[in-house]
Amino acid sequence: MKKFSRVFTVLVFIFLYIPMIVLLVASFNTGADVAVFKGFTFSQYGEFFRDDSLLRLLRNSVVIAVLSSLLATVLGTMAAVGIHSMRARMRRLVLSATNIPMTNPDIVTGVSLALLFAFFGHLLRTNSVLGFWTLLIAHITFNLPYVILSVMPKLAQMDPDLEEAALDLGCTPMQALRKVILPEIMPGVVSGALMAFTMSLDDFVISYFVTGSGFVTLPVEIYNYTKKPIPPKIYALFSLMFAAILLIMVGMNLLQMRDATNRRSRVRLIGRSENAN
Amino acid sequence: MKNKLLSAPYLVWMVIFTIIPLGVVFYYALTDSLTGHFTLANLAGMGTYLPIILRSIWLAFLAALICLVIGYPVAYCIAQASPTRQRFYSMLVMLPMCMSFLLRTLAWVSLLEDTGIINNFLRLIGLTPLPLIRNNGAVVLGMVYNYLPYMILPLYTVIMKIDRRLVEAAQDLGCNSAKVFQKVILPLSVPGIISGITMVFVPAVSTFYISQKLGSPGTTLIGDVIESQFKAAYNPNLGAAMSLFLMVLIFLCVGAMNRFSGTDGEEGLMAP
Amino acid sequence: MVLLAAALPVPARAADNGTITVYNWGQYISDGTDGSLDVLAEFTKRTGIKVNYLTYDSNESLYTKLKTGGSTYDLIIPSDYMIGKLISEDMLEPLDFQNIPNYRNIDQSFRNTAYDPDNTYSVPYTWGTTGLIYNTKYVDKVTSWKALWDKRYAGKILMFDNCRDAFGIAELIQGYSLNTESTDEFRSVSYLLMQQKPLVQSYVMDQIFDKMERGEAWLAPYYAGDYLTMAKENPDLAYCFPEEGYNLFIDAMCIPKGCSNKAGAEAFINFMCDPEISGKNLDYLGYSTPITAAKQYMDPEMANSPVAYPDAQTLQRGSSYNNLSTAASQQMDSLWLSVKTSGSDTRRYLITSCAVIALLLLGAVVLRFRQKRRKARRCRKWHDKT
Repeated sequence: MKKFSRVFTVLVFIFLYIPMIVLLVASFNTGADVAVFKGFTFSQYGEFFRDDSLLRLLRNSVVIAVLSSLLATVLGTMAAVGIHSMRARMRRLVLSATNIPMTNPDIVTGVSLALLFAFFGHLLRTNSVLGFWTLLIAHITFNLPYVILSVMPKLAQMDPDLEEAALDLGCTPMQALRKVILPEIMPGVVSGALMAFTMSLDDFVISYFVTGSGFVTLPVEIYNYTKKPIPPKIYALFSLMFAAILLIMVGMNLLQMRDATNRRSRVRLIGRSENAN
Repeated sequence: MKNKLLSAPYLVWMVIFTIIPLGVVFYYALTDSLTGHFTLANLAGMGTYLPIILRSIWLAFLAALICLVIGYPVAYCIAQASPTRQRFYSMLVMLPMCMSFLLRTLAWVSLLEDTGIINNFLRLIGLTPLPLIRNNGAVVLGMVYNYLPYMILPLYTVIMKIDRRLVEAAQDLGCNSAKVFQKVILPLSVPGIISGITMVFVPAVSTFYISQKLGSPGTTLIGDVIESQFKAAYNPNLGAAMSLFLMVLIFLCVGAMNRFSGTDGEEGLMAP
Repeated sequence: MVLLAAALPVPARAADNGTITVYNWGQYISDGTDGSLDVLAEFTKRTGIKVNYLTYDSNESLYTKLKTGGSTYDLIIPSDYMIGKLISEDMLEPLDFQNIPNYRNIDQSFRNTAYDPDNTYSVPYTWGTTGLIYNTKYVDKVTSWKALWDKRYAGKILMFDNCRDAFGIAELIQGYSLNTESTDEFRSVSYLLMQQKPLVQSYVMDQIFDKMERGEAWLAPYYAGDYLTMAKENPDLAYCFPEEGYNLFIDAMCIPKGCSNKAGAEAFINFMCDPEISGKNLDYLGYSTPITAAKQYMDPEMANSPVAYPDAQTLQRGSSYNNLSTAASQQMDSLWLSVKTSGSDTRRYLITSCAVIALLLLGAVVLRFRQKRRKARRCRKWHDKT
């Protein structure tokens, strides 16, 4: 039974990675047709680095991802701390409202935001409402739930007496927040930020509805590319992004491992000190 | 005490950019596109799309079921590994999720096409090429492929948390491994199953890209109709009506499933 | 922080004398591949104005993009009937021909057109025809649009993904005018299109290149210029001017209202009317030039191609689209949507869904019943113990 499930797992992993391998191989292909491998070359990578418009799109995507994840992290962490201090009923209400962008399909979120911006456009009597700022707002909006839901468990795990102890020792609430709470929840904050970053980098559906002509992100432009013959340098881009995201994930992994060992050693310390008393 | 105020900016943001847009969708769904008056015509007009709606629900449901059958053994297997290995495997599962979903779907197009990789290979070894693309099966395959990690991760999180001692206790009481699975592990993993099905069903029912690339003109889905209303023909009212319907549908499904599982939604996001 | 601020783009309101945003059909400008002229780079070199180049795939998506706003374009290149529609809705800026001296190069036959009778809003970019492209390796010689309904090629047929061109083909088959507004004729046309739907592999615009070149599809209606491009990759492809007639179109450059750099856009129009630029651009694209003087800059094979420049007898069979009235346009839009979203298996889905729902309800009821029984049993046991 166990052997079967292990073999099965390997097969499933292969299934998950076959298309990625196809794309990686295609990035080294001399011909443009993914199905026919003509020859091995690095030229597509050279083409990609020389293509100004693609690099500009990549820059756009990264700028939006960084800005939106930073802002969402700050806003979301503050929100999580605030929600944590709420009474149970209020907390449940706010959390279910927070879940809305997550349970709503992307297309509904995108459509609703696009309609909202069109509505604002009507009020301000302007036609060119969609652009960088609307895109940023949309990305922050769908990133916030991820941050909040990453930080809340850490807040729940945190010993509630720590904050009281800090206040008793003479900290102002702000200092208590900065010196005690924040370091405790930092792993949650960081993983929320990283999650928001990756979600924002790859978001297609929501950006598709909210983007204007002046500021286009990579996934939306790739969609436009798929309506014409695809230039092979896109596959080179894919391989590079794959390598980058792999690094980020490995980094996240190491961070989680460090957090786990820290917690374990702290438990041991507390255990030892309790034994000593 | 003061901490509560910290969440104020977020609450304001949420009201403006999450709650109000839903109201705007309501408004557009219930107004006529030309005159701006109140009308139920948009909602009634959705009757013509009944086959599309049913097809979307059916295909998404199939995809969720297949994901469950495939994902459960994988999640179980990962949960049995050592903690460092577990983290490594869950990273491997999450990695495809973070890569461009457009390009990965396109890779399937290249694999499944009549002149694609699989059919070229079949032709090479002398077999007849198969019609692998532009049918419901290809769309379901695309959905399963793209959303399988969304099923594996919640399942894994829940199975991992099952107290080993319960399993040991059951074994001590004389259960064989099949009975242990049926009586202990399966019931305790139900919240994960529910959450996984939700996380697969919701994007699958509303996708438009997968059906555009892997499907035929006969496999239009709800997402395609909504997208065409906003991008090709300009009828945001009909698009809003369909979005509203989609939202209500999903709300009902999620609500019904939560009733069965009994969680109150305060769990963190796949927290380790 | 400073670096971040530097990376932020300037909000859209500020007009930038050095850039224009050009919104054009996909695959519709020579961009330097295969040794052709990189038109945009050449323009920037000569005038110093940078070009932000975006593409659309049909007149209807262009119109939707302009209507929904959210973007400022300086130059657009719609087709004849769409220009007529934009003019009637007052969405175009009149051109200042002082800035377009090269306009004198445009042939007389392309001035004072039906869609822009006073030559105020547009300058022709290309003209062309719509015909039937087929792969001679798999398809017998084709002379009529009816080949797109041929059951022998089911699943290998592509069709236009925009309502005007799709309806146009069906209208020609049934002998109606390309500009009919009759409800009955619309209905008959959409019925014909629905009959074609099961045979269609996909409704495409620019995706056609890939599919026809690789032989994934064998028959497709498309534009003459694109046929010449595809034939370079796949010499098995042939082009036919169907006997029922075909669409003759002119795509022209216009400036939409709300643009931010009108002078720059007019400089671009002037640049495109330079015979040398037009010749080299269209030599690569395969579409036909409205400037006779440009032909001397083209490959002689292209300049004399019977596909790009059909003889007078063939030209007689062609007709152009006019702008339709709003009511007729809306009717056509909704009929087209119903063609594209029509599904024939309603009954099967209804039966399956009812069956599944019934099963689920049954399962839920059984579960509840078993839970209740278990509870009752436990209560009884506890009661017995005490």
